[in-house]
Amino acid sequence: MSTDTQTSSTDEFDAAELQELRDRVDELEESVAETDDDGGKKMTIIATKGTLDMAYPPLILASTAAAFDWDVVVFHTFWGLDILHEENSKSLKLSAVGNPNMPMPNALAALPGMDAMATKLMEKKIDDNDTATIEELIDLSVDQGVELQACQMTIDLMDYDEDDFYDGVVTGVGAATALQHMAESDVQLLV
Amino acid sequence: MSSEYDTTETLDVKGQSCPMPVVKTKQAIDDLETGDVLEVVATDSGSMSDIQGWATGTNGVELLEQVEGDDVYTHYVEKTA
Repeated sequence: MSTDTQTSSTDEFDAAELQELRDRVDELEESVAETDDDGGKKMTIIATKGTLDMAYPPLILASTAAAFDWDVVVFHTFWGLDILHEENSKSLKLSAVGNPNMPMPNALAALPGMDAMATKLMEKKIDDNDTATIEELIDLSVDQGVELQACQMTIDLMDYDEDDFYDGVVTGVGAATALQHMAESDVQLLV
Repeated sequence: MSSEYDTTETLDVKGQSCPMPVVKTKQAIDDLETGDVLEVVATDSGSMSDIQGWATGTNGVELLEQVEGDDVYTHYVEKTA
């Protein structure tokens, strides 16, 4: 290697050059300290489903991550938007079809009224078990600083109004906003 | 319930399930002063692992002890910063 030339050339550094390098090191150390921001983690969840069972995981993870002091964004798009919709969120349904764990064959589950029955059963279980409701989890998340975002494109597509959503829900955001937070996040999930 | 800790406050989350014990513990800790000890009384068996995980991953809190009783799980959390 060229260690010999390196050594001989150190004598040629003048004071101004050295000072410049020292300043540059200080500057870099400062910027490292800034980006380190005391280890606070970030999480982005993309919530795309609006069934009763799929509404829970994003909100449970978001509210818990907020308890860890993480910076949390949940970006709701397509059917996930119904979780934030004040009226629709109170009547999220469970599908009886397509879930092999349901205690009935798909051919029966497809009959009229079966989704309603499966939903009623689930709601009863949630109530009996004192599991938090979707509305409670939303309030809890917003209180703790979780940013619940509603995709503007889907709002327009579904013909929803911005006033239809819970207080604290952020509208007027799109994929670029979600991607920006995802790029900075330690945890990214698609639900 | 007696304890060897000088608890400042008791949080009752009996009957509540995930994520409530952790989230309510965090909210109660936020309202306390440094050095205070919070006693959390839960019936959720998952709270043993969850509160431990939360305390490990969160700055400014220390889990002093967890006591497993008959269907009741008691946690002692100190606010350290």
